[in-house]
Amino acid sequence: MNTPTTAQITQNGENYIKIGIDIGSTTAKIVIADGDKVLFERYERHFSMVRAKTLELVRKAAPYLESKTVKVAISGSAGLGLAEETGIPFVQEVFATAEMAKSIAPDVSVVIELGGEDAKIIFFKGGIDQRMNGTCAGGTGAFIDQMATLLNVTPDELDELSLDCHKIYPIASRCGVFAKTDIQPLLNQGARKEDIAASIYQSVVNQTIAGLAQGRKIEGKVMFLGGPISFNEGLKRRFVETLGLSKENTFFPTYAKVSVALGAAIYASKQDVSFTYEELCSRIEKAQSATSTIQTLEPLFNTKDEYIAFSDRHKSASVEQKDISSYSGNAYLGIDCGSTTTKLVLVDDECNILYSFYDSNKGEPVEIVRAQLEKIYSVCGDRIKICASGVTGYGEELIKNAFGIDFGIVETMAHFGAAKHFRPDVDFILDIGGQDIKCFKVRNNSIDSIMLNEACSSGCGSFLETFAKSLGYSISDFSKMALFAKKPVQLGTRCTVFMNSSVKQAQKDGAEIADISAGLSVSVVKNAIYKVIRANSAEELGKSIVVQGGTFYNDAVLRAFEKEIGHDVIRPSIAGLMGAFGAALYAKDNISGSTTTITSAQLSAFSHTAKSATCRGCTNNCSLTVNTFSDGRKFISGNKCEKGLGESKTGGNAPNVHQFKRNYILSLERNPSATRSIGFPLALGMYELAPFWHAIFTKLGFDVILSGMSTREIYSLGQNSIPSDTACYPAKIMHGHIEKLICENVGAIFYPCLTYNFDEKSADNHFNCPVVAYYSELLYGNMDSLKEKKFLYPYLNIEDKKELEKELYDYLSKHYSDITKSDVKQAVKSGYEAHEKYMNAIENEGRKAIEYARNHGKRILVLAGRPYNIDMETGHSIDKLCESLGFVVVSEDSVWKLAKEKPKTRVLNQWTYHSRLYNAARFVCENSDAELCQLVYFGCGVDAVTTDETRDILENGGKLYTQIKIDEITNMGAVKIRLRSLIGALDERGTPAGNSR
Amino acid sequence: MTNEKHIRKYPIFTEEMKKDYTILIPTMLPRHFKIMIGIMKAYGYKAELLENMGPDVITEGLKYVHNDTCYPAQLVIGQMIDALNSGKYDKNKVALMITQTGGGCRASNYIHLLRKALEKAGYGYIPVISLNFSGLEKESAFKMTPAILHRFLYAICYGDLLMNLVNQTKPYELNSGDAEALADLWTERLTAEMAKGKVSRRNAKKNYALIIEDFAKIPKGGSPKPRVGIVGEIFVKFSPLGNNNLEDFLVSEGAEVVVPGLLDFCLYVVYNGVLDRKLYGRNKKSSFLYKFLIKFFESYQMDLIKAIESEGSFNPPMPFHEVPPLTEGIIGMGVKMGEGWLLTAEMIELIHEGAMNIVCTQPFGCLPNHIAGKGMMKPIKEKYPEANIVAIDYDSGATKINQENRIKLMLSTAIISEDNRPIFNK
Repeated sequence: MNTPTTAQITQNGENYIKIGIDIGSTTAKIVIADGDKVLFERYERHFSMVRAKTLELVRKAAPYLESKTVKVAISGSAGLGLAEETGIPFVQEVFATAEMAKSIAPDVSVVIELGGEDAKIIFFKGGIDQRMNGTCAGGTGAFIDQMATLLNVTPDELDELSLDCHKIYPIASRCGVFAKTDIQPLLNQGARKEDIAASIYQSVVNQTIAGLAQGRKIEGKVMFLGGPISFNEGLKRRFVETLGLSKENTFFPTYAKVSVALGAAIYASKQDVSFTYEELCSRIEKAQSATSTIQTLEPLFNTKDEYIAFSDRHKSASVEQKDISSYSGNAYLGIDCGSTTTKLVLVDDECNILYSFYDSNKGEPVEIVRAQLEKIYSVCGDRIKICASGVTGYGEELIKNAFGIDFGIVETMAHFGAAKHFRPDVDFILDIGGQDIKCFKVRNNSIDSIMLNEACSSGCGSFLETFAKSLGYSISDFSKMALFAKKPVQLGTRCTVFMNSSVKQAQKDGAEIADISAGLSVSVVKNAIYKVIRANSAEELGKSIVVQGGTFYNDAVLRAFEKEIGHDVIRPSIAGLMGAFGAALYAKDNISGSTTTITSAQLSAFSHTAKSATCRGCTNNCSLTVNTFSDGRKFISGNKCEKGLGESKTGGNAPNVHQFKRNYILSLERNPSATRSIGFPLALGMYELAPFWHAIFTKLGFDVILSGMSTREIYSLGQNSIPSDTACYPAKIMHGHIEKLICENVGAIFYPCLTYNFDEKSADNHFNCPVVAYYSELLYGNMDSLKEKKFLYPYLNIEDKKELEKELYDYLSKHYSDITKSDVKQAVKSGYEAHEKYMNAIENEGRKAIEYARNHGKRILVLAGRPYNIDMETGHSIDKLCESLGFVVVSEDSVWKLAKEKPKTRVLNQWTYHSRLYNAARFVCENSDAELCQLVYFGCGVDAVTTDETRDILENGGKLYTQIKIDEITNMGAVKIRLRSLIGALDERGTPAGNSR
Repeated sequence: MTNEKHIRKYPIFTEEMKKDYTILIPTMLPRHFKIMIGIMKAYGYKAELLENMGPDVITEGLKYVHNDTCYPAQLVIGQMIDALNSGKYDKNKVALMITQTGGGCRASNYIHLLRKALEKAGYGYIPVISLNFSGLEKESAFKMTPAILHRFLYAICYGDLLMNLVNQTKPYELNSGDAEALADLWTERLTAEMAKGKVSRRNAKKNYALIIEDFAKIPKGGSPKPRVGIVGEIFVKFSPLGNNNLEDFLVSEGAEVVVPGLLDFCLYVVYNGVLDRKLYGRNKKSSFLYKFLIKFFESYQMDLIKAIESEGSFNPPMPFHEVPPLTEGIIGMGVKMGEGWLLTAEMIELIHEGAMNIVCTQPFGCLPNHIAGKGMMKPIKEKYPEANIVAIDYDSGATKINQENRIKLMLSTAIISEDNRPIFNK
């Protein structure tokens, strides 16, 4: 390793010591060097006390610095404020990194650096290029810490675990919140921690490559920097393996974790400014009292009395507790196996609570429930008889199977039941749990509308907790501090990643922990109200509001909520146990005959193992977790459909329009005798237009090759050339389809640019969305592999036959000299015929499905959105799930023409796909046995307009609106809850299935 | 149950309202818009530019607009509702004005989102005027006549000129604030002139010369600074409200800012009418008109360019007819939603003008910019390796520090590239 070489003499001839300080989002780093000799280095967490920590570090180094002249520079995202206040030079961290790299390894071509919340890549070869994670990319170091907390291990243990992995699970690589949503179900399903640990690291690696390199190849000598990489052996391993680096091209320098500080020190030595040590200390000291410029909010409580009145008021909503050791008689068990916590409640005939339990499930819900049951049985003895049991929550099925629980209840229904116990007239319930926000309106004693947080804003209760921990506090201390904070900080209202950087900003400006804590509580509340509920006023929520979920035990959150909506709400004393309580009440009210609950004797022999496997039932290749219980019973989870269970529950041959469309597209015939071939990427608009273009090109003498249904593998094939990470998944997977076609060596690849779609005469205009219309431009610009291929992406107008003939001929004849005008004319004609045939077939299948549903007493579900929803990977086979829940699935394009009345939209109805959606919503309003569920892709700007409009149409027609937001990874557990809640709400409303009109 | 009774008709801006209603206009390009307000005054409309910028703007926006909708919509709508809440206006005597483009981007829906938001906020009775050039919402008493349109063209030229001169003067002015003050003075003067109805091409040419002369007189000094261009989604590109005062930040970091003007965008919109004919065989009848309009607009732009050139102290903007060919080999001209091909072309235009360092601004989740902005950085860098482009997302949740950090990163690349190229380039 080369060592830094710099002059040691200031301009006026004095000797000096150089100091580099790097203040990141969570840690402070310092390097003190004399020439090329590092005298002192430290890497410590600053717990938001930026100035105090810096001073502490500088003082610790006193032996090296006293009475010396120093040259110093500050770097890091949280260091700017300090630099400004102290007048110490500031150097941008990437600049500092480059200084360091240049000095110790001039032959490096790429530097990858992961920090607490930043990730950076610097390319040195062929023009310097630097990339840094955007506003949507999740943290890295902080993310790993959060994940470790989730697995209930220390970061070091996480690293150790990862070294013993057998299997890598796909975990969303874009953002920490998403990853969390993926890991939770894995934990609940009992996947091995070793595998999860390695998968977490892999997701960090994928994020770095896909999110930062964005198509630029990482090759040559790679230097790795930053704390997370230098501390975690497993992470190093994943990077080296994924990038396929040879030993000589992998470089982990000695000072990796303080690299930026070292760079800052080198930078400092080139500056003219110097200080005496004493001067430096006093400058930092003085900066501590600097005034801040942050925006603040009103305090939660102005006086102690206010708080006391508040506490007393909430004490009144409680359930009577009975002593389990003296009670004898019947009892009913309720379990809520949530995403991060497990709750148990035992009630008597009068709904009094005999026993309750609330704790983190530590990633092992089965074991927790087993231990609790054992405890309950030992206390109960023969005096108490458990007559019935119910379970709800993410782990519902697993626990139900493991312990023979009588009833599995959808979460929303369980919570409603419990809330009714406290307020029979409840009209609004808000539940903020560890991972999710659920809320629903109640009208006419049944659930009227359900809102769940979308994957993007899911950081709720557990977010506060992890945040508290990262700042070095317990959640209860952290929230207590908030109560009397004088100036709560105004933070963002979006996902936690954004909040992290808002906190960073507040820290920079010197906000106190108490103010940050209060600000976070307000953010959680605002997030729930404005992001999830999307309410405008307190009146809109309801008169009688019950709030629950573990997060509302936090008085700061509760107070923030009341302040935000402007009136009092009910928080039951068992706010965190409501799901379990509701499950127990349900079991009590619905039991008939004897219970199947595991007995005390069976329990003592109970054991459980979990193994991972991959389902080969279809091309989905779901990751399954096989749970085996001591009596040999098996429970399989992770499956998207019933196939993985080795049985078919769906029964019969119910039509499914999505499946029909898939079959139709995949059976488009090839023309192997043709002399030339052309490939279509089966993604985005091609899903609808495949029959159209297939007919045209077949007629023109091509062998048409489709890239096939998407798979995870196809996605990873093209992941490296995606320039815009926040585009929708169906667009991003395009890259993989193109790669696949290139592998198959097709003669040409075709995906035209279509500003306009077919004019179906049902709307103000008939545009495609910008992504569907122009993605080819992006593909050509970013995929090097396309440059050697004949890539045909003409601008065409398909709404005008004559025009299309002309345009297509003009274009194709340039590439294929033998194609004549009349060939094209014939071909276009058959194209239109094929398209019409396809659309007719879809409509016909839709009618068949409706008829089938009515004959068999089933509900019709319009699974609506876009033609490419039917893709097995990007659409996550949600249609199969709906089918298994008893719906007959149709698509928007199969029923939209059946609407008797045209919807009147309040927005410009200008996209072809969405005008079908609006019409389909009308169809649903006109038919009592039909429901609509809109599939929305993360990152779709157009859907921000269409979702509200669809909701309006449905609600004005007296229907429920259900939306499922999907992305690269979608938590099928949450999707299922949503759909089951819909069914539950329909049952409660007394909307029978199979009744036409 | 039918839909009808739930869908309310929105209130229309009527002839009577013209007399005593104040039309509120959101902040996008303050100077351009002020001069336009002067023009509207000459035609009997009373209008006012909104200047409320505080945190309540975005809070109101988030309250009443779908949170996944683009940031500009949240800001514009938030600013209007915040203004209505302020008590500054007689709510029974105001109307709101918003632009409507009519393209395939969701921006065409802003007006409808505004109406929905107003209804939710209890202001459903306030009329909204669509400012568009495609004949949408004909029943409104606000008439976009050719005469007004023609005068707006002057306002755009004046606004672009002032913006251009301020950007070239501010980093070098010896007395801080000179350039802005002069631009404000001229804005006032021009607004008053417009209100009096004093418009002619000759007069405009005379004004251009006077303005340029005034700016040339501002005492300047210092060595040339790195030029940093700003492109992007039109609202966040131009509006200080949308981009957290990006221009000021860049100047404070020691850069000279280059911003392609609003006239280019107008020309782009018209140009697409011609392209629609060429690519899709649409607009057969109006294509001729579009071609005429382009020539017409461009002759006005040439007046401006000539004025700058003949004075000689400042760099003029690139004439529009030179802009479209820049896209060749990079992006197709058919990309016409949002800022479309113009966005790509402007990045290349900046590189040609020596502003290698570019901030590409877009609202989070802006679909057209996935293609024309972020999607074109790689091909641009391949063709112009010295290009140094950073994409910045603007959003209610994005913090200033994060954005500034990334911009600083881009600026430091500019410096590294200057200083250390021999060491790293093999």
